Amino acid sequence: MNILVLLRMVPDVVEELEIAPGGKALDADLLRMMLSESDGHALEEALLLKERYGGVVTVLALDAPEVDDALFTALAKGADRAVKISDAGENPTTLEAAYTFAGWIAGQPDLAYADVILTGVQAIDDLDGLLAPLVAHQMRLPYLGIVTRLAVDVPGRVATAIKEYPGGVRGEFDVDLPAVFGIQAAEKPPRYVPVAKVRAAMKSRQIESVPAPTLAEAGPSLVNVVAMEKPQPAEWAAMLEGSPEQVSGKVCEILAGTGLL
Amino acid sequence: MGHPILAPVESETCQLTLENLSRFPEGSELLSCIQCGACAGTCPYGDVMDYPPRRMIAMMRAGLLEKVFASDSLLSCVACYACMAKCPRGIRLTEVLLPLMKEQTLTHLPELPAELQRALQSTLRYGNPMGEPSRKRAAWVKTAGVPIRILAEDPRPADVLWFVECYTSFYPRGQDNSRATARIFHALGIDFAILGNEEKCAGECGRLTWEPGLFETLMDYNMAVFQKYRFHRVVTSCPHAHNAFKNRYPALGFNWGLDHTTPFLAGYLAQLKPLLRRKLSYAVTYHDSCCLGRQNEFYDPPRLLLQTIPGVKLVEMVHNRVNSICCGGGGGGMWLDTYFKAKGYERLSERRVKEAVATGADVLAVSCPYEVPRFEDALKVLGHDKKMIVRDVTELLAESMEGNP
Repeated sequence: MNILVLLRMVPDVVEELEIAPGGKALDADLLRMMLSESDGHALEEALLLKERYGGVVTVLALDAPEVDDALFTALAKGADRAVKISDAGENPTTLEAAYTFAGWIAGQPDLAYADVILTGVQAIDDLDGLLAPLVAHQMRLPYLGIVTRLAVDVPGRVATAIKEYPGGVRGEFDVDLPAVFGIQAAEKPPRYVPVAKVRAAMKSRQIESVPAPTLAEAGPSLVNVVAMEKPQPAEWAAMLEGSPEQVSGKVCEILAGTGLL
Repeated sequence: MGHPILAPVESETCQLTLENLSRFPEGSELLSCIQCGACAGTCPYGDVMDYPPRRMIAMMRAGLLEKVFASDSLLSCVACYACMAKCPRGIRLTEVLLPLMKEQTLTHLPELPAELQRALQSTLRYGNPMGEPSRKRAAWVKTAGVPIRILAEDPRPADVLWFVECYTSFYPRGQDNSRATARIFHALGIDFAILGNEEKCAGECGRLTWEPGLFETLMDYNMAVFQKYRFHRVVTSCPHAHNAFKNRYPALGFNWGLDHTTPFLAGYLAQLKPLLRRKLSYAVTYHDSCCLGRQNEFYDPPRLLLQTIPGVKLVEMVHNRVNSICCGGGGGGMWLDTYFKAKGYERLSERRVKEAVATGADVLAVSCPYEVPRFEDALKVLGHDKKMIVRDVTELLAESMEGNP
């Protein structure tokens, strides 16, 4: 079985985010990028599938700062092949990323290359979770999202996927392969790989750098960023000052004043 | 733009592994074990381990190590150096065998405990185990009340490079220690500077835990930063960093003078004495940290400093100096509390504060940044937080300096 995992680098929100001059985007010079958390789950699910059914796991990413760390970490965890699309443009939109991923996959001589295509169901810069359905749409493949478990009938070319619904409800779906899945969470937390293994992978393994596929004109974007701003402190917020006793006294006064006490 | 964290392994260094151990002096040392059991008896978690050090060595000799790895009990090793300090044959258990065994134990675990995994990943990515932003490491400096030079902004040579470390940079009660240290350095006229946001965890718990690769990554990084600047000696607030700088960093060329803040300040006793004007009427008991105490035998410097503070009465706990009981934070224990709790183990910090409270002291004095949160939590859990407070030795010194012109 060939398993393809699409990995995205997203802004690391632990580090401070700044707005770029122009006020329409984050300041890329100050950004640190990291692997999208749910893509880490997609990779884990892929590694679990490989352990269960055998096969080859390929991780595919667009070039971005720190992407090599993410790809070598994936190789150290057990991925067999790491591919980086090198000139896909800076900060591609979800649509552009989807077209680039789909274009690269379509350009592979053997489409059976990917029986299962996994990616995180969402990313912090793709909260609508559009990447996986857009890739599926481009490739005319079935798509299922919010998946938390996959079982595969390899010779029958069918996957059984568990999809989560609100209220603890789960749906079980049979999906013809090849198919694209948006992974909500892997069956177990993404594994830890000792740093020594990652460093060793950097020495002994290769990341294949490939050019971006030539794409059909995607057309102008119909949605545009008007402005991006940092949250403004609300005017009605009051900071209480004083010793813990004084502050707790003031809190009681306020609560009593509003009729809550 | 992103800066690389990881680098490929440059050279195959001849590292100790369990397989090649017998070819090194450290390995043949193990053969001299007389199976007396002093290690197991002194181990703070010896009673809950399936294989305390003595049994572990016996299993190793019998070629049954796989059985040891099948048990997760070695995770409870808090790298406190107690077994090593008590071994009549001088076998360096904490430095050699236990980290190698722990690494294998973790490799055999189906899943790494989640809080530990988070701490290790955060230490790699952000340079601190709490996952705080690396660019805010020096944010506390603005609150110090005295000027603190950051080398990236002002790279003139300094006498002392103060390596602040993680809990002392980010944890609010740890910052109290840093502010106190800065004020004391300033009052003593010490020519000091810090690395600020360039500093990352020295990595000692990675090494003593099971993550040699993480430790080496941090060691490579910090050494490269050290080499950018000129200074005479490194003084650190963290006994764990001190341990790493003393024992491991020299292999990469660390050849500066080295001290921990507590023994360093004890070297300035004569100059400190006239500054300590405010009387603190506290009964104080001092907890010897494992790395400063058993590992480096800095037993007297903290006590000398405390006794120099006017009004302080020093009382000793039953277990003191070489017999001190670990706070439970070493060897990764800092990030295994939930795991230990799930196993039903007693928290070592609680065991320790019970002894501290029994002395009748008002203040539990410490010298390691791990101990403040651990002991303050333990006092709250046991309902003793009205009876006793926890203070770093530097905080008490700074308190006694208050009101000075």
